[in-house]
Amino acid sequence: MTWSIIDTWIVIIGGLCAAGCAIPGAILVLRKMSLMGDAISHTVLPGIAIAFLITGSRDPMAMLIGSVVVGLVTAFLVQAIQTFGKVEAGASMGIVFTVLFAFGLVLMRQAVDHVDIDPDCVLYGSIELAWFDQDPEGLGIPRGAIVNGVMLLANLLLLLLFYKEFKITSFDPALAKAQGFQPSFMHYMLMTMTAATAVAAFETVGSILVVAMFIVPPATAYLLTNRFSMMFILAIFLSVLAAIIGHISAITIPTWFGFSGTSTAGAMAVATGALFLVAWVVSPLDGMLVRMWHLFSTRLHVVREDILGVLWRLEERGQKELLLVQLSEAIGTTPFLVKISLQLLQKRNVVSKTKLFWSLTDCGRKQAAAIVRSHRLWEVYLDKHFPQDVHQLHQSAERLEHITTPEMQVKLGNAKEDPHGSQVPADE
Amino acid sequence: MPSLEQIVRVLSLEDYNTRVVVLGVMALGAASGLVGTFLLLRKRALTADALSHATLPGIAVAFMIMVAFGYDGKSLFGLLTGAFVFGCIGVLAILGIRHTTRLKDDAAIGIVLSVLFGLGLCLLRIATELPSGSAAGLSGFIFGKASSMVASDATTMGVVAVSIALVTMVLHKEWTLLCFDEKFGSSQGWPVIWLDILLMVMVAIVTVLALQSVGLVLAVAMLIIPAASARYWTSKITPMLLAAASIGCLSGWLGAVVSALVPRMPTGPIIVLICGLWFIISFIAGPKDGLIIRQLTRLYLNRRIAKQHILRAMWEVCESNAVPEFTVDSIVYVRSWNNRTVIRLLKKVSKLNYVTQLPSGKWLLTEFGFAEAARVVRNHRLWEMYLITYADIAPTHVDRDADMIEHVLGRDLVAKLELLLDATKIPQSPHAIGVTQ
Repeated sequence: MTWSIIDTWIVIIGGLCAAGCAIPGAILVLRKMSLMGDAISHTVLPGIAIAFLITGSRDPMAMLIGSVVVGLVTAFLVQAIQTFGKVEAGASMGIVFTVLFAFGLVLMRQAVDHVDIDPDCVLYGSIELAWFDQDPEGLGIPRGAIVNGVMLLANLLLLLLFYKEFKITSFDPALAKAQGFQPSFMHYMLMTMTAATAVAAFETVGSILVVAMFIVPPATAYLLTNRFSMMFILAIFLSVLAAIIGHISAITIPTWFGFSGTSTAGAMAVATGALFLVAWVVSPLDGMLVRMWHLFSTRLHVVREDILGVLWRLEERGQKELLLVQLSEAIGTTPFLVKISLQLLQKRNVVSKTKLFWSLTDCGRKQAAAIVRSHRLWEVYLDKHFPQDVHQLHQSAERLEHITTPEMQVKLGNAKEDPHGSQVPADE
Repeated sequence: MPSLEQIVRVLSLEDYNTRVVVLGVMALGAASGLVGTFLLLRKRALTADALSHATLPGIAVAFMIMVAFGYDGKSLFGLLTGAFVFGCIGVLAILGIRHTTRLKDDAAIGIVLSVLFGLGLCLLRIATELPSGSAAGLSGFIFGKASSMVASDATTMGVVAVSIALVTMVLHKEWTLLCFDEKFGSSQGWPVIWLDILLMVMVAIVTVLALQSVGLVLAVAMLIIPAASARYWTSKITPMLLAAASIGCLSGWLGAVVSALVPRMPTGPIIVLICGLWFIISFIAGPKDGLIIRQLTRLYLNRRIAKQHILRAMWEVCESNAVPEFTVDSIVYVRSWNNRTVIRLLKKVSKLNYVTQLPSGKWLLTEFGFAEAARVVRNHRLWEMYLITYADIAPTHVDRDADMIEHVLGRDLVAKLELLLDATKIPQSPHAIGVTQ
C-alpha cells in the first residue's frame, strides 16, 4: 500500500461527507423515514440537470438551489400522493423518485453535448479525483473538502439550534404539535437539510451511495444506544470510521488478489455495512450474541429446574440417584446441557455426585420441592379453570413452573393433591 | 423530428431491432403490472427496490465466476441467475434485520439497498480488470440498455409474461387473501408463508428481467407505477390486474417507440416517464379516488348542504313569524349570512321549485319546498333533542352539532330517533332561533 497526500485528502473528504450525512440521517432513521433519504438523494440528479440546463454552468450555488428545490418538491409530492391519492408511503416514494430520476437521466442524455457530467459520476461520485479540484485561493485544500466541511458545520449548527425541536417532533409529533412546535415545519427543514447534504455528497460519493451514508451509520448507532444525543455522536463516529476503513480497503484488499484497487465510494458503503454487521452481532443492547446468551441462559435455567424436579420425583418413588444419561433422557435434552447444569448445581451444593450417580442434597431437596409444588399447584389450577386433557395439563404446568414466583405460588392455593392423584409437596 | 416514413416503420415493427425491443418491453410491462399489483397491495413496494439494487453484486459475481471457469462472461442467463440469487439474498437480509433487530422496515431496506449496491460497484470495478472477458457492458444493467436485446431475450420475456399470467390466474384468490387478510388466511390453514415466498420469487424474476431494458435503479417503477395507476380506475382485484397489465404493456410499447424515433432517448427512463404520465392521468381523472371525482363529490355535497341550510332558515322564519311568506331581510336577521348570499341561495332553490317570489317581492315556500324544509328541520331538531336527552348537552350548545349531522341522517336513523324520542311531529326548537338571540 502506498499512501500519499491524495489518499489523506480522500479520507478527509470522505469522512466530512459521511459525518455530514449522518446528522440528518440519524433523524430520518429515528422517524422511520430512512427511505425519504433514499428518495431525495435520487432526485438530486434531476435538480442538478435542471440547474445545468438553466445556467449552462457547473456553478455550485445553482446546483445546490436546483437540488434543494427538487428535493423539497419530492418531499411534497410524496406527502401529497400519500394523502390525496390514498397510496401507502413506500409506494408513493417509489413512484415519485423513480419518475424524477428517469426525468433526470433523460435530461442528462439530452444535454450531453453541453455538460460534462456522465452517469458514471452519478454512480461513483469522483472522490478519487477530488484532490485535483483545488480551491481558487490556492490554499491547497480541495473544493470537495470545503463543500462537505461547510455542509457538516451547517448540519451541526442546525442540530444544536433545533435539538429539542427535533427530539420532540421525532418521538411524539402529536405532543409537539400540542405544544406549538410545528412538526410540519421541522419536517420540511429536515427535508431541506437532507437535500442540501445530498447535493454536497453527490460529487463525492454519487447519487445512490449517499443513501448508505444517510442510513447505515445511524442505523448502526441505533442498535448501540438508547439515547438521542449518543445516537448522533455514535453515528458521526461510525461514519468517519467507515470512510477511513472504506478507503484503506479499497486500495488494499483488491491488491491481495492481484487487482489494482476498487471504487472508494463503493468500498465506503460496504464498510458502513460491515460496521453494521458487527453491531448487529455484538451490540450489548440486543445484538445477536446477547440474544443468544439470553436464550441459552434461559434454557440452562429450565434444564436445572427440570433436573431437580426429576430427582425429587425419583425420591418420591423410593429411588435415589440417576446417571447423567438417564437424566438427559428423562428431561429430553442433550447430555451436554445436562452436564453443564449439573456442574453448576453441584457448585451451589444442590446436588451431589457419588461415583457416576447424581442425587439431591438436603438443600436441593427443598428447592426441588418448591418446583414440584409449583408444578402440581398449576395442574390443580388449570384443571379447575381450564379443564383439558390430563397429558396436556402436565405440558402446560411444565412450562409455567419455571416462571412461578413465590408470591404467585401463594395465590395458587393450598391443594393437597394434584389431578393425577400425587401429593403436592408442602410449602416450607 | 422523425419523418412520417420513420414513424410508420417503427409502428409497423419493420426493423428487427425495434421489433425485439418493443415486443420484449411490452411483455415485461404486462408481467410487472400483474405482479406489481400484488406487491403494491402487500405494501412491499420498496422491498422490490432493495431487491433490484441488490442484484448488482450478483451480476458482478456471476461474471467473475463464469470468466474464472473459462466461459463467456457475458452469457445473459448466467448473469441473470447471479442477479436473481443476490436479489433473494437481499430480501432475506431485509427480513433478517427486521426480525432480529429493533430497526424497522425502512431502515432495513435502506441498508440492504445501499450496501449491496456499493458492493456491486466495487466488484464491477474489479471485474473490469479481469484479464479475459470484457466487463464493459455490465454497467449497462444499472441504467438499462434496451438496444442490447436480441430475439431470444424478447422470447424469454414473452414466456415469463405468459407463465406469470398463468400463475396469477391460478393463485389469484390465494394472493388476494394474502394481501388483504394474511392472519385470516393462516388461521384457515393456507400456506401463507409459501404464498408469500412465491410472490417474492415472482417479483425477483420480473425485476431481474427488467434489468436489461429498464435498469436496476428504475426497475421498481415498472412494478409499482402501473399497479398504483390501476388503483384509481377500479377497486376490484381482477379489473385492477388487467388494468395494471395493460398500463404496463402500453407504457412499454410507447416508451420503446418514442426512444426508437427520437434521438438520445434512453428506453428505460422513457418507459418510466410514460408510466409516470399514466399515473398523473389516473391520479387526476381516475373514477376511484381521482382528484376530479373527489372534488366533484365535495362540490355536490357542499351544494346540498347549502340548499338544506337555506330551506331550514326559511322554515324557521315562517314558523316564528307565523306567516307563510318572508323577506330576504328576515332571513338575514336570523342567520349570519349577508344579503347577497341569501339572494343567491334563494335563486338556486327557486330553480328547484322550492320557493316562488310573490309580486310583492316577498318569498313563499311552495308545497314541495315546505315538505322538504320540514324534513330538514325535523332532522335537525330530532338530533338536538337526542343530544339533550342522551348526551346531556345544554340546549344552547346543540345547534352547531345538529347543523353538521342533519344532512347525513338517513331514513332509518330518523325513524329510530322518532321512536326513541317519542316525537311524531316536528318538535319545537329547544333554543331561541337566530343569531341575535
